[in-house]
Amino acid sequence: MQWGSLTEFFAMGGYGLYVWTSFGATALCLVGEVLAVWRRHVSAVAGSRGVS
Amino acid sequence: MGLAHSNWFKYSSPQAFYPLAGRMIPWFAAAALVLIGVGLYIGFFVAPTDFQQGESYRIIFVHVPAAWMSMFLYVIMAIWAGLGLGLNARPSFMMTQAIAPTGAMFTFLALLTGAMWGKPTWGAWWVWDARLTSELILLFQYIGLILLRASIDDLRRADRASAVFALVGVVNVPIIYFSVRWWNTLHQGASVSMTASPKMATTMVTAMLVMMLGFWMYSIAVTLARMRCVILERERQPSWGKQASVQDMAEAR
Repeated sequence: MQWGSLTEFFAMGGYGLYVWTSFGATALCLVGEVLAVWRRHVSAVAGSRGVS
Repeated sequence: MGLAHSNWFKYSSPQAFYPLAGRMIPWFAAAALVLIGVGLYIGFFVAPTDFQQGESYRIIFVHVPAAWMSMFLYVIMAIWAGLGLGLNARPSFMMTQAIAPTGAMFTFLALLTGAMWGKPTWGAWWVWDARLTSELILLFQYIGLILLRASIDDLRRADRASAVFALVGVVNVPIIYFSVRWWNTLHQGASVSMTASPKMATTMVTAMLVMMLGFWMYSIAVTLARMRCVILERERQPSWGKQASVQDMAEAR
């Protein structure tokens, strides 16, 4: 492991902005998609009950 | 027509697929969580600092897996589209519909993380280079596919039109892949290839491959979940006919 401290870890050798934006955006997209599909499923279930 | 054939058709019916997918989703989701967790750990705590790019290279652990998924998912989507057109099979069209948004998301992520990597290494967020431009076109293809489907009210026509669109567009995938060889590009060549040994440290390659496996499992889980939504939504369409509802069947089990 090459990190001496937490600050060093977040700084990413000066590239923190780029690295954390990349990983943060990826995490947001994945979690957001899961939530979107989950909500879509809830409303699809409600819709299919309403008709039949 | 053997036994295997009849089994395949059994699970290709939406009524059988719906509960089966429901049972598979937690496993793929758990595998995705574990793999992405392990990949992040190796990527941030085991893999060494790159001697040329410093820590910025760590973007590779999301950039390359996302870019690969954007292409893999397009090819898989196009195969389902082709199967749908060839066999006139509705579940195949539904798979095409279920995969597209996830493919679009990974394409967007590949472009975004690429910009985040391009700025510190090339000094530019974006260049009109063959690799970047063809990947941007892939994003437009995904978006076009989703909009095309949404713009056609008749389901059968929407299915066929978007399947043709997906099939024609698959030509862009080899263009993206080979763009770094065919043209002089700023984008670096393949980091990992089947024929040559990797140009990176083993731990870097391991982290990247584990992340990619995690993204695969994620994509399968989310596609199955969206497939279930599509099945329920289409059930409401009058063309479905008077069959027992999928939800009823699932609850009866």
